[in-house]
Amino acid sequence: MAEVDVKDNRPLSPHLQIYKPIFTMMMSIVHRITGAALYFGTVLVAWWLISVAVGGGYYTFAAIVFDSIFGRLILFGYTWALMHHMLGGVRHFIWDFGYALGPGDRDWISKATLAGSIGLTALIWLIGLLAI
Amino acid sequence: MSMRTPLSKVRGLGSAKEGTDHFWMQRLTGVANIPLMIFFVFLVVGMSGADHEAAASMIGSPIVAIVLLLMLVSGLYHMRLGMQTIIEDYVHAEGVKIACLMANTFFTVAVGAACVYAVLKISFGG
Repeated sequence: MAEVDVKDNRPLSPHLQIYKPIFTMMMSIVHRITGAALYFGTVLVAWWLISVAVGGGYYTFAAIVFDSIFGRLILFGYTWALMHHMLGGVRHFIWDFGYALGPGDRDWISKATLAGSIGLTALIWLIGLLAI
Repeated sequence: MSMRTPLSKVRGLGSAKEGTDHFWMQRLTGVANIPLMIFFVFLVVGMSGADHEAAASMIGSPIVAIVLLLMLVSGLYHMRLGMQTIIEDYVHAEGVKIACLMANTFFTVAVGAACVYAVLKISFGG
C-alpha cells in the first residue's frame, strides 16, 4: 500500500464559515473551553496548596494576590467555569443514557445548564463574600 | 462478516487508536468529581480570609486531607483525558501530536505531584 501523506492540502468542506451558531452547538464549544480553562487553572490550586504548606510570609503573599481585584476576578471566572463544566458534564451524562436528546428537550437542558451555572456561581460568591 | 481491512485492525481506529477505556474512565472520574468538587468549593469558601494556622489545620485534618487527595487524583485524571481529546481533535501532524500528548501527561502529573506533596506536608510535616 502506498504511503498516504495526511498533510496533502486536499480541499475541505466549509464548516465554521457556513454554520449558523445554534445554542446547543455553542454550549458544546463552551463546555470544551471551560474544561481547558479549568485544566490550566489547576496551577492556581497547586500554588494555593503549596503556599499553605510553606506557610509564613509566602502564605501572606499568596493571600494578597488572591484577594486582589485581579485575583478575585480570576477566582470568580474559575468558579463559573467549574460550575458550568460540572453541570455540562451532568447534561452529557444524561445524554449518554439517551434521555433529553429530542429537539425541545436538548434546548431546555442546555439552557438549564447555563442558568444553573450562573445561579450557582452567584450563590457561592454571595455566601463567600458574606462570610468574610 | 467484518468489512475492516487487516491494516485498519493493526493501525487501530482514528487518531486515538483506542477509546472504550477512555470513555469509561472519563465518565467514572466525572461522576466522582461531582461530590468531590462540591466539597472542594465548600472548603475554599470556608477558608476564605483564614490566617495560615487556621488554613493549615483545616487542610491537615484527616478527613479533609483524604477527600482533598481524592479530589486531586480524580480531577487530574479527568482533565488529562479531556485535554487528550482536545489534542487529538486539533493536532494532526504526528510528531507535534505525540509531543503534545506527552506534555499533557507531564503537566498533569507535575501539578498532581505538587498538590499531593503540599497536602501531605501540611498533614504530616511541621
